[in-house]
Amino acid sequence: MTDRPSSNAPRTLLAGRGVRVALGGTEILHGVDIDVHAGEAVAVMGANGSGKSTLIRALVGVLPLTGGSVTYAGEPMSAAARTTFGYVPQRISAAGGVAATATEVVIAGLLRHGRLTPPRDARRRALAALEQLGVADLASRDVGSLSGGQQQRVLIARAMVREPRLLVLDEPMTGVDLQSQVALVHTLDHLKADGAGIVVVLHEIGPLASLIDTAVVLDHGEVTFRGAPPEDLGVHALPGHVHTHAHEDPRPPASGPVLEVSS
Amino acid sequence: MSLLADPLVQRMLVAGLVVGIAAPIVGTYLVQRRMALLGDGIGHVALAGVAAGWLAGSIAGLAQRDALALPGAIIFAVAGAAIIERMRARGTAAADVVMAILFYGGIALGVLLIGASGGTSTNLLGYLFGSISTVSWQDVWVSVILAGVIIAIGIGLRRALFAVTHDQEFASASGLPVNVLNMLVAVLAAVTITVAMRVVGVLLVSALMIVPVAIAQLLTHSFNRTMFFAMGIGAVLTVTGIAITLYVNLQPGALIVVIGVVTYAVVATAASIRRKQRARIAA
Repeated sequence: MTDRPSSNAPRTLLAGRGVRVALGGTEILHGVDIDVHAGEAVAVMGANGSGKSTLIRALVGVLPLTGGSVTYAGEPMSAAARTTFGYVPQRISAAGGVAATATEVVIAGLLRHGRLTPPRDARRRALAALEQLGVADLASRDVGSLSGGQQQRVLIARAMVREPRLLVLDEPMTGVDLQSQVALVHTLDHLKADGAGIVVVLHEIGPLASLIDTAVVLDHGEVTFRGAPPEDLGVHALPGHVHTHAHEDPRPPASGPVLEVSS
Repeated sequence: MSLLADPLVQRMLVAGLVVGIAAPIVGTYLVQRRMALLGDGIGHVALAGVAAGWLAGSIAGLAQRDALALPGAIIFAVAGAAIIERMRARGTAAADVVMAILFYGGIALGVLLIGASGGTSTNLLGYLFGSISTVSWQDVWVSVILAGVIIAIGIGLRRALFAVTHDQEFASASGLPVNVLNMLVAVLAAVTITVAMRVVGVLLVSALMIVPVAIAQLLTHSFNRTMFFAMGIGAVLTVTGIAITLYVNLQPGALIVVIGVVTYAVVATAASIRRKQRARIAA
């Protein structure tokens, strides 16, 4: 008798097995396993330097693996498979060396493997994506002139215009105002309800608490916790979290003088 | 009007016009990637290619010893651009260090090779500062064809080239062939430089790529419009510069660049005044 997956089991979209990545000769990820199912939101958490961003950059194919494998819908990862990915990299600014409008940035999201020119209805679709994120009124503005939160929403619209089956976001809440955070939560809620998988790198679960099904905590490139996140708590409260950096106690010693001057 | 009937004037204007249109297209991508000085680096390598072409022509005993100068420049410039792109992509050296090595290495190799071919460094002056009045119809047609390729690729693939120069990580995750597109930008830059070399010279070729883009950026905040405005500005600058030199004895390449820089200063000042007026009205 062979094991057959139940028809009710959620479909695995993305599966990383024993993922190893080295940067500059130093291994950053030491064999990480991760699964993302259709309709599931997975938060990748951990302290700075734990390997969160490295993991998702490897999952989307930006960084080469030195070991392990990544499959998408059961097939080995390829440029063609990334057609249905939406990716929002971690970045400080959406501006390049030449000014570009929000519409132009979002239209770039319509390109993919085998399509180097946008479709005829690119502009309409770009405006619809900006509308979805609540920034349609900024469509003709230079992205470099927008606030951090507005820029982030434009970058998320660029990922959403691809109608992704898997959305990968690297710290999307960094430098984002409350209004943009609310817009992002609504967008991700709808995407998840439509059956898409979501992987999001977070420092704190914060406003996305209601959305996250599974938290994966990394420490020094290894998974230390995997499961449902405790409500309203950040990464420091998650089981398995280990501080990666030793901090000296800033308090003065319990006894003895703080400062001694002698002649 | 009689001047326009002169074949020399026709050649100068056609060569200037195609270079004026094509160079800012590549310049837009270089500015987008914050590699505005890449053209200078490749230009110096192209100069070594010119000298290598002279040496090859000399060894082959060609009557016209610079017959292989342009092919030499194209080969060296494309190879140099490919090396720069590989080093940039791998992060094996800082961009400014690579650029500096190309600057000095290109000039030094050029002077050495031209000497080895029996020439002197003065033979390189036409390539350093441009010599549009010496272009033949054959040179013009080669320029027209190469510029046509640059314009077709630069405009036809502008969305993909924008995507990869704006955010390489996103483009890669989207499945775009980022290595191919990056190399395409580098090769387009190399071809543009060799085409523009005869018009403004190696030392000023980067200006023809960058200054029209800098002016266009003051007029619009759309990437597409910046590119198209820059093409128009480049065409006007080159034709104006060449037209003036028909009446005044000035060096065309240098004059084109000076007109461009002055135009930038005027437009920048006007844009600044306009911004202040708007701010005052808004207050």
